[in-house]
Amino acid sequence: MRGDADDLQLLRGVRDGDEAAFAELVMRHQGQLLRIAQVYVSSRALAEEVVQETWLGVIRGAERFEGRSSVKTWIFRILANIARTRAKKEARSIPFSSAAGPEEVDEPLLDPSRFQSAQDPAPNQWSAPPLAWPTPEDSLLTGEAREMLLKEIEKLPPAQREVVTLRDVQGWSSKEVCNALEISETNQRVLLHRGRTKLRAALEEYFGAVGAPGS
Amino acid sequence: MSPIAKQMSCAEVVALVTDYLEGRLSWGERRRFHRHLTGCDGCTAYLAQVKQVIRTLGHLPPEAIPQRALDELMAAFRDFHRG
Repeated sequence: MRGDADDLQLLRGVRDGDEAAFAELVMRHQGQLLRIAQVYVSSRALAEEVVQETWLGVIRGAERFEGRSSVKTWIFRILANIARTRAKKEARSIPFSSAAGPEEVDEPLLDPSRFQSAQDPAPNQWSAPPLAWPTPEDSLLTGEAREMLLKEIEKLPPAQREVVTLRDVQGWSSKEVCNALEISETNQRVLLHRGRTKLRAALEEYFGAVGAPGS
Repeated sequence: MSPIAKQMSCAEVVALVTDYLEGRLSWGERRRFHRHLTGCDGCTAYLAQVKQVIRTLGHLPPEAIPQRALDELMAAFRDFHRG
């Protein structure tokens, strides 16, 4: 991943009217902004509009950048503000700082019947253990399973969707995500855990790889 | 804690898997986590699958920029700095 020092250099160029610097900043971040925008709004077309508007915000705001966050986080915040406004206009309203939203609390992550109950010989050990997935790694990384994971991300509650997208799809560090979303490290980890746990379970179901109870 | 640390259960391993991957387990917990994995195929598979999900998510293809969008932005940039 390329460094923030380069981003800062480019943003200075943008401020000073350097067209090549702007083009490079766009090329560097556009793909990830497009994916992140899709966390908030429901269609690809709308996400593209949000990203366009974000860049206009960057052009206009470049001279006001104070360096209190990384350039990446600063651009992300512009995007998130625009996307939140758009999402509100859309039927699908997604509160941005939804990290502690009620829908996130105490939902079941993994079917409790996967573990032995207190009456069983080995409580809390697997009753239906996960089995190795049938496909080799390379085929997992292509095609259908990947598409399916993308759709499953969309089904996650908003805060989990944000964190999983930023951490696991975009490869942001936990610190970057906490800064960008203004959530605590613990909260971030809980959201990540819930999101990943559900995605794994969805893939497991897709592969049909669950051991028979008692196996 | 007692000298013989309590065995970690499969349910605990599943609950702690992100803390483990994030490096947030204490030294003792990490040791119990590893010890459990050594004897448990189910949890070993579980951990491998979570890692596989993470790797897969990290390999999603980048979204392409429509040329039209890029052209519009460059025009807007020139306008802004001309104005």
